[in-house]
Formats: sequence, C-alpha cells, structure tokens
Amino acid sequence: MRNFVTKEVGSIKFGLMNPSDIKRLSKVIVKTPEIYDSDGYPVRNGLMDPEMGVLDPGMGIKRFKLGAGGYGCIRLSRPIVHILYRTHVYSFLRGTCSECGRIALDEKKKAKFKAKLKLAKQEKNPNTYKKVTRDIIKAAATPKVCPHCAHPRIKLNFVKPQTYTEGLKKSESRRLWPTEIRERLEKIPDEDVRIFGVDPDHARPEWMILTELLVPPIRVRPSITLETGERSEDDLTHKLSDVVRVNQRLLENINAGAPEIIIEDLWDLLQYHVTTYFNNNISGIPPARHRTRRQLKTLAQRLKGKQGIFRQNLSGKRVNFCARSVISPDSHIDINEVGVPTRIAREITVPERVTEWNIKWISELIKNVNGYPAVRYITTNEGGRKKITDESVESILEELEPGYLADRTLIDGDIVLFNRQPSLHRMSMMGHRVKVVPGETLRINPAVTIPYNADFDGDEMNLHVPQTEEARAEAETLLLLQNQIVTPRYGLSIIGAHEDSVLGCYYLTKNRFFTKAEASELITSIGLDTTLPKPEKKDGKIELWSGSQIFSLLLPKDLDFETKGKEFKNGKTVKGKVIIKGGELVQGLIDNSLIGSEGGLLIHKLYLDYGSDIASEFVNYVIHLGLAVAKNVGLTMSFNDFDISDSVKKRINELLDDTNKKAEKLIKNYKAGKIEPYPGKTVTETFETKMQGLLSNPRSVLGELIDNEVKETTHLVNSAKAGAGDKTRNIVLMSGFKGQTDLRGERINFGYDGRTIAHFEKGDLGPDAHGFISSNYANGLNAHEVFFESITGRDNFMDTAMRTPKSGYLQRRLTNALQDLRVAYDGTVRDGSRRIIQFAFGGDGIDVAKSDGGQIINE
Amino acid sequence: MAERKWIKQDLPKGMKFKNDKLAKTRYPEMQVDPGEAVGVISAQSLGEPGTQLTMRSFHFVGAELSVTLGLPRIIEILDARKIPSTPTMHIYLKSPHNKSKIKSDQIAQRLKQTVLKDIAKEFVMDLAKGEVNVLLNKEEMVRRSVDIDAVYNQLKKTLKTFEVIKKTSSLSILEKEKDIKKLYKLKEKLKDTFVSGVNGIDDVMAYKSGNEFIIQTFGSNLRSVLNIPEVDFTRTKTNNFYEIEDALGIEAARKAIVEETMEILDKEGMLVDRRHISLMADIMTRDGTIKGVTRHGITKEKESVLARAAFEVPITHLIEASVKGEVDNLTSVVENVMINQPVPIGTGLPELFIKMGKELKKK
Repeated sequence: MRNFVTKEVGSIKFGLMNPSDIKRLSKVIVKTPEIYDSDGYPVRNGLMDPEMGVLDPGMGIKRFKLGAGGYGCIRLSRPIVHILYRTHVYSFLRGTCSECGRIALDEKKKAKFKAKLKLAKQEKNPNTYKKVTRDIIKAAATPKVCPHCAHPRIKLNFVKPQTYTEGLKKSESRRLWPTEIRERLEKIPDEDVRIFGVDPDHARPEWMILTELLVPPIRVRPSITLETGERSEDDLTHKLSDVVRVNQRLLENINAGAPEIIIEDLWDLLQYHVTTYFNNNISGIPPARHRTRRQLKTLAQRLKGKQGIFRQNLSGKRVNFCARSVISPDSHIDINEVGVPTRIAREITVPERVTEWNIKWISELIKNVNGYPAVRYITTNEGGRKKITDESVESILEELEPGYLADRTLIDGDIVLFNRQPSLHRMSMMGHRVKVVPGETLRINPAVTIPYNADFDGDEMNLHVPQTEEARAEAETLLLLQNQIVTPRYGLSIIGAHEDSVLGCYYLTKNRFFTKAEASELITSIGLDTTLPKPEKKDGKIELWSGSQIFSLLLPKDLDFETKGKEFKNGKTVKGKVIIKGGELVQGLIDNSLIGSEGGLLIHKLYLDYGSDIASEFVNYVIHLGLAVAKNVGLTMSFNDFDISDSVKKRINELLDDTNKKAEKLIKNYKAGKIEPYPGKTVTETFETKMQGLLSNPRSVLGELIDNEVKETTHLVNSAKAGAGDKTRNIVLMSGFKGQTDLRGERINFGYDGRTIAHFEKGDLGPDAHGFISSNYANGLNAHEVFFESITGRDNFMDTAMRTPKSGYLQRRLTNALQDLRVAYDGTVRDGSRRIIQFAFGGDGIDVAKSDGGQIINE
Repeated sequence: MAERKWIKQDLPKGMKFKNDKLAKTRYPEMQVDPGEAVGVISAQSLGEPGTQLTMRSFHFVGAELSVTLGLPRIIEILDARKIPSTPTMHIYLKSPHNKSKIKSDQIAQRLKQTVLKDIAKEFVMDLAKGEVNVLLNKEEMVRRSVDIDAVYNQLKKTLKTFEVIKKTSSLSILEKEKDIKKLYKLKEKLKDTFVSGVNGIDDVMAYKSGNEFIIQTFGSNLRSVLNIPEVDFTRTKTNNFYEIEDALGIEAARKAIVEETMEILDKEGMLVDRRHISLMADIMTRDGTIKGVTRHGITKEKESVLARAAFEVPITHLIEASVKGEVDNLTSVVENVMINQPVPIGTGLPELFIKMGKELKKK
C-alpha cells in the first residue's frame, strides 16, 4: 500500500498578488537592511529572518527547526510601479476617465467588444484574444471627452522606461506619481476592467502598483559559505537589501518632513531598485551590478533562456541511478545488450520486491556485504530504510520477510535505458539488457551505433536504471532495442549488419563451399544449435555445403521472399533477383540491401512477419556469421589493389590529354572573342559555364572506365559491391584522378590578381590553374592540387559547423510545436486542447513504424 | 482484435494490391495506437535528417537562376516566410504550346517583366522642350515580343499625369514644368516603368522535361500567371505559399507545403515518410491561414501558459497570463513534466482510479 498517487495537480491558475494577500502570507515584515549581527546570527526582521527558513544548522535560533520557511514582506513607504506591468498600467490610464474611472467607451461599443471578447475566449486561442484586447485599448484611448461623465480627457504619455506624464505638450506635461496612478486605477469598476481583457478577480489594476513587496523564503535565495568561512549572499538577497535600505531611508525622510525634492529622488531610487529586482535587463535602465561589476541575476533572469529555471530545471531534470562512460565496441554481445563495467554495476541499485520465491536468493545477496552482487539497502514493510553494513546484516537477515524491498546491485539481464546525445530521435534512447563486463567502458554491439549515431573515438553515453515495476515493464515492451529496429521515419529497419559482417555474408553466399568440418565449425562458432542439411554437391568423396545453405540455417523454415538484388553468374556479379523459398536461399547474393542497416529488407521482412524476437535473433546471428566468415577469408588490403592495367592507364592519359586540348581550344575561342553568349549572360560567364561542362565530363567517363576494369578479386571491390563500406568512387579516386574541384557550383576563380596561386601565370584560364586535379590519391597530389582540395575541404567544414546549431534550433522548434499532438481513442490526431488536427494520422491512420516502408505492402 | 472497435478495418477507398488478402489483414494491424505521440515522432523524423542536409543552393546552367534548397529552404518553409529568398515558379503550358522550344520560349519572354530600360537604347532629356525622349532598341523589343504600340498604350495607362507622344522609333514624355530637377526625376522614374510581362517575374527559362517544355521563372506571381491563356493552370506551381493561398485557397497551400518539403528531402536522398510532413503542414494551416513553426506562429496558439513559457520569452507569457487570470489545465506534455506528473500521452494517457482507505470503509 505504498506509493499510490492519491492527489494530482489538476490545474494552475495565474494571477497578481493582492496586497492584503501578501500581508496575510508573510510571516515577517522586513525592516532592517542588516542581515547578520556581530555574532553572525541572522537579525530578526532582516532578510535572513529564521521565519523565512533556516538552512544552515549553526545559524538557527533555538526556537526554529531546520527547514523551509515562509514569505516575508517589505512595506514600501511609497507605492512603486511594477515594471513588468508598465504597459498594462499605461493602457488602463489611457483608456479610462481620470475623473470617474470608467472606460471611455459608450454602452453600444462596450457591448460589441464584450461579445467579441467572449467569442475569442471560446476559441481557446490566446493569440486572437490578444488581438481583440489590442483593438479595445485603441478604441478606448481615442475619445476626447468621457462618455459617462463628460469630463474632458487629457492626453497621457508613457515615457520609457517607467514614468507617466499627462498633458498635450512637453512643456505643459505633468508627471503622474504612482500614488496618483494607484488612486485612478482603484476607481475603475470591475466590469470595465474585464473589457480590457483583464480578470479583476485575479488582477485588479491597482495591484500593478506595489505597496507591499513579497520577499521569497531563504531556500529560494540560499547563501553560500565559502571555503574561507566567508558568507556570500544570493543576488536576490543583495537586491532586496538595497530595496530595504532605500525604503527605510525614504520612510525616515517622510517622517522627518524632508523637502519634496529629496523625497522624490529617494522614491525614484526605490523604484529603480524594485524594478531591477524584478528584471535587471530593461532597456533604458542601467543594470544593477555586483561589487565585482558582474550584473546581478534577478527574478526575470532566473527564468529566462537555456540556463533559466524553465528550460534547465523544469522541462528537464537531473536524475539518480544513472551512469556515464566512454563506449567501446564488442561484437560478441547481443544487439539487445549493453556491457556494463563491474564498477558501475556494483554502484547502481535496482529495487526488487522480496517474495517467497526469491527470499533465499535475496538473503544470499544480503550476506554479501560490500561485495558483488549484493543488496545495499532494505526497505521494510513499515517503510523504514536500512543500509546493510557488517553490523546490520545479522538483524536484517533475521527480520527479512516477503514484501520487503531490496535495493540490489545491477546484474545480468536487468533492463536499463541507454542514451547518446544529441537525442535527435526516439532511437537515441533505447532499452538494453545488462551484461556485466570487466573494464571501465560501456560496450555496445557495433550494429547499434547507427541509431545512436555513435562511434568509438571517445564518445560517451549515459545509462539509466528504471526504478519501478511500471518503468521496467515499459522499457521492456516499448523501449527494448529489438522493438526499435524499425524507424518511424520511413518504416524500414534501421539496425542491421555492418561493414565486415556484410562482406562476410556476401562472400558466404558468393559461390563458396565448405566441407563438413568447416561448415560445422562455422555453425557452432556462432552458437547456432542446428543440424546440417543434405550437402549441395559432392567433390569426389568429399561432401560440400554451399554458403547459401549455411546462411539459410538462420532463416525461418516457412519464409518466402523475393526482391531485386545481385546474382553471381559465370564468375561475375550481375544485377538480378534474390529469391528465398521455404527458408532456403535459392538464388542471389546477400548484401547490404538485404541485411544492412538503414533499410535491410530481409531484416524488415522478418520483423514484420515474424516479430521482433525472430528479427533481432536473426540480426545477431547474421552479424556473428558474417564476422566468422570474414575471419576465415581474411580481409586484407594491399597497395596493389589500386593497380590498374597499362591499357587503362593509357586510356586515362588520353582522356586527360583530350580534355586539356578541348579546354585549350575553348580558351583560344574565348580570347579571340568567338564565343556566343547565352541569353542573359556575359561572354565570360558563358565561357565559365562551357568550361565547367567540359571539365565535369572526364570524371563520369573515368567512372565507367574503372568500373569495367576492376576485377572481383580484391576485397576492396567486393566490399564496394556488397555495400560493406567501400564505394566504387573511392577506387576511382585512388587509381584514376580526382577531377574538377567544385566550390559552390563553380571552379575556383579567386585568389591573387589574375590567378589563383603563384604557381600559375596571370590570366591562365586552363583547367590546372582553376582546380582541376589530374593526380590520384595512390600516386599523390601536387602542391597546388592539395591547395585546391583544401579549399573545398575548409568550405565543407564550415558548412557543417554552421549547420549543426541551425538544425538544432529547427529540431527544438518542431518538437516544441508538435509535442502535445497525440492520437485520441477515436483515432483522430488532437492537440493538448483536444482540437482536431487530422481525422486519421497521415490520412490513413497508418503507423509508419508498423508499416512496410510507409505502405501497406511495399511492392 | 474484436473489441478494438476504433480501429479501421477497411482499406482506404481506391487502393489495389496484388495480394489483396494480405493487405486487408495487415491494414488494421498497422493502425496507430491511441495515445501515440505522433507529434513528437513527426517532429523528430523531420528534425533528425536536418543535421544531414546540405546548405547549398541549386544553380541552373544557362540562366542566372539559383534556387535555395536543403536546410535553409526547409527552415524557410517552417518559418512560413512571406516571401521566399528565391521565389520561383514552374509554369506548365497547354498542349500545342509546350511541344516546341521556340513557342515556349516566346511565351516565356512574354512573361518576363519588362521595364522601359530593358528595351531602351537611351534616355535623352530635352530641356528646351521639357521632355524625355526614349530611344527604343528594336532587336530587344523583338526578342521580348513587344511592339511600340503596346509600349505606348502601357505608358499612357501608367503615366496618367504626363503626355506621351509616339514617334517612329522613340517615345517622348512631356513634363509640363521645364524644371531640370523634375525632368531628371521623370527620367529615373521612366527607367523602371513597367512595360509588359508579369509583375514580379524577373527572369525566365524554358527547359525540357519528359516530352514537354516547362518554364521556370525567378520571381513569382501566381495570380497573374494563371490568367494567361496558354498556361496550364492545373499544374503550374510556385514556391510562395502565400500566393497559393491567395489564389487557390488554404488546402492548395497545405498540399504545396507537403510537396515541396518532400521534394527537397528527396533531392538530398533523405527518406522521410509523407505522413510526418502532412502532419506538420496540417498544423501549420489548421485555422485557414499559414502559421510558422515559431514562437509567433504555432507555439503562440497553445492554450497552456507553461508550454508557451517553456519555449521562448517566458516572462511575457507569464505576465499576460497573470493579467488575464489564465488557468493552465495541464492537458499537454511539458506542463506535467514541470510538476513531475505523468504526461497525458502514450502510456500516460489511460487513467485508473481506485477507492482507497476511508472511502472503502464507508461502504
């Protein structure tokens, strides 16, 4: 019968504080600016009065217990305008009669606006409401004579930042002091206040002119004791003490009957301090500063911005039961697992209820004080919490009975949440099963780096341990990695085999045969418990199993699947079909498009038809099988892999020569003025466009050349064909040439006067002088070529640097705008106010994560 | 499955599959679960690829056009900017006109906004007579398919206060007062006086796509372009959504937002399901006007004070709320996160109450 929620916050009402409420609420009236007396004890009626809370054990006065206190109050000697409501005060003053206090609108107009306001309120849209009130204020400000008492109205001016004057001309204008303003505001009847769009029950206009200032409890503005023993007060306390000091001085002067000028000066000073107490960053008012010239952080500054209360402490919170460490890869653990170092596992605890079935085991854990695995704390049925120490073990063991709660250390199989920032999508935080490992780093299977967008160059990740049964259930059914295989972004699998594993499986299915010993070795090494099928062929007396047969062992026995893919025919990989019939890979090669991450079709097929258990099991086996094969094959690379035949070398040289000749001719024509400009372009621009077209051509020709040239003998080429990381383009860059560097869609056309760098003559328009790279990476680049490549490199780098914050802000705006949208029980998409946005999500109500690539059947 | 009555059982109308039976069994299973936080999922699906989008713009070879693409354009769409940084149109032509390059070019040139200085050789001020003589460039006029009569008529229409005199290859505009300052002013004004074409279309280019020619423009004016008889108004599009809303209504604007966002993501090879974008477009256009995903747009319309305050400029929102005596009913997500309560979304949506302690004993 613990932890039941019996109450909830139903709603939060906003309003202004009534001065009488402030008086009633406050336990102290703060009068003295001194905070501590000579002994270091807080002064009564000071800002640290123990009535407002005692946080420091030594500082308490006997009568007071340690703990949170109440509010205090400063009785302002003269009223002060609340700076944050200055515009509201202005519209009230402007829109009402100074004599009778009624709104300057006749009954007809009043009724019209009332109706409009009512309509706007029903719409539940704060924006339209604001627009209506703006119109009302405007209308009420115009009449020259009060429609109720016929009193002439004088023009009111608001002089920024915080004074109000009355009078048409500057010379004739008279300042309105807060006392007078308050008197006027008091006269406005409730009914008229409503027309201003203000609710008089919660915000009477005169409350915007402060007579009492609420002082927050000390826990809002705790003082800190520095190492030197010195006390340092919070910014708010500093500011409040300024207010109290000036307030007292003002009071004394008023009582002493000081001249009006002195009183007014002090009044303005008090206004300044109260203003900066609320917001220390108002334009036109110099911000209040600390002795060290640092600007004080007062109330408004506390709420604002990324570091403010709203975003830092309310929308996001700090948590216990979490860990953070560097991550490293471990391809031998399950994709659903996370390797947790012992040091973390022995520190973090999980509450486990003691039952008659586990009491024996828990007792064992309790006995293991300071060891691992162990129970660290115990919560009795009465709710008492006890730490298990060498002294307390015996008694705890004796009283232990079902119903107790044991906080035991993390063990294998516990569910935890694992997260990497930036958390851009829901797959950035997934549920994993704990696998306790030696070492200091957290381990993950390299296949799950994709959803986390992680690598192992020093990335750190966070781990959270759910502490309630509900949280654990939710983590297992919704967040567990295997249930997140399909991304809701486009409805295909996002997790799958990677690099070596893909290449391994590719080799496995590419005309490879195994003897009984080899095949058995493969199967057992990945932990597959099955029997070998009939061998595919016999070589003399030796029985041989094909790789496809071995791969088929991973598939469900009733799987039928067919898709476009690659085939191995006559010693060559060609485009064709991959066919799986009755769980047998009949035809085709297994490559990235089938078992890879981000769209592995076979994985998705299994997920859709057989469920996440089968799919994740398959992914695990595929990764291990691929790695086992790759290990046997031995993936190595040699410099010779980039060698190309002499004939192709010749062709490449011819291609370069040809391009140069064509370019020369074009330059000649240009210099002779023989180029016809394109419409709307100058001759130079036309020349550049033509040159670009000419120079982009050889790269595509080269691509074809090399594509035909490469043999499927090197791992490099096979890796490119299997989609296991390498790209044909890389091979082109290695053994062909790099081609034209492209900078924002142009050749490189800047630098020194008439040339890009000093390696060229002035006015050289040729390919080399403007970023054409005719060397390849295997042979190395010339100095000027490296230079040109660096330009684009730097440009790309800058691009990324600018993009990250931009897209981050975009993401924040999007999630903020759409965060309250949900599917209601009737299938409609509604927002937080239950307004309908869509009648069915996306028109057809299909959940993309449950769909087949966003469709019902992906054909 | 039988109790889950809210779940759609029948396939959407008009959908045909090779394996109809499979589709029929799959469809109900694929429905979104009640409570699913579709908003957040869509936002993430759109925001996450944002980090991978480029910042480049696309250049056309052959015309001085470049169109903003990639991340900057996506941001522009979500901001619901009144005028895109590079407004552009794709104008489709009706059947006989779209077949030949020459014809479509002619139409294109007619669309292009021509001001007087485009077709003038020289502007000569004649102080003695108090007039400005505009010497016309014949070749340019032929290329832009305007003749002197058309120019004359147009000038007469726009320059109501001045007298326009037509000569063989020039026009004279009379300024009544022979004041050099006024004459100079008139000359400058004449340079940018609209002669023909469509207002706002700065450059045009016809290109071949499939078996027809399409005109792409720099600058946009949907309403005027749709009125041109040769234009196929059923397919012509612009990237200025406000013009679409003005000419064709909000549903068309919504569709345009979806289509263009999809197109940009497609060009970058980014896979994002259409449903996510449609949700975004729906919320941007739900009240009949286009609202941006900004603090001035959608977020401003939220009912919850705390949700608004948590996004941007919290103080303004709190002050406004206090004056109005607003009540936050804690019906959406952030508010409940703030006060440590379960959020009414996903697994937090279902509520279960039990009678406890005293209440139970009373019975």
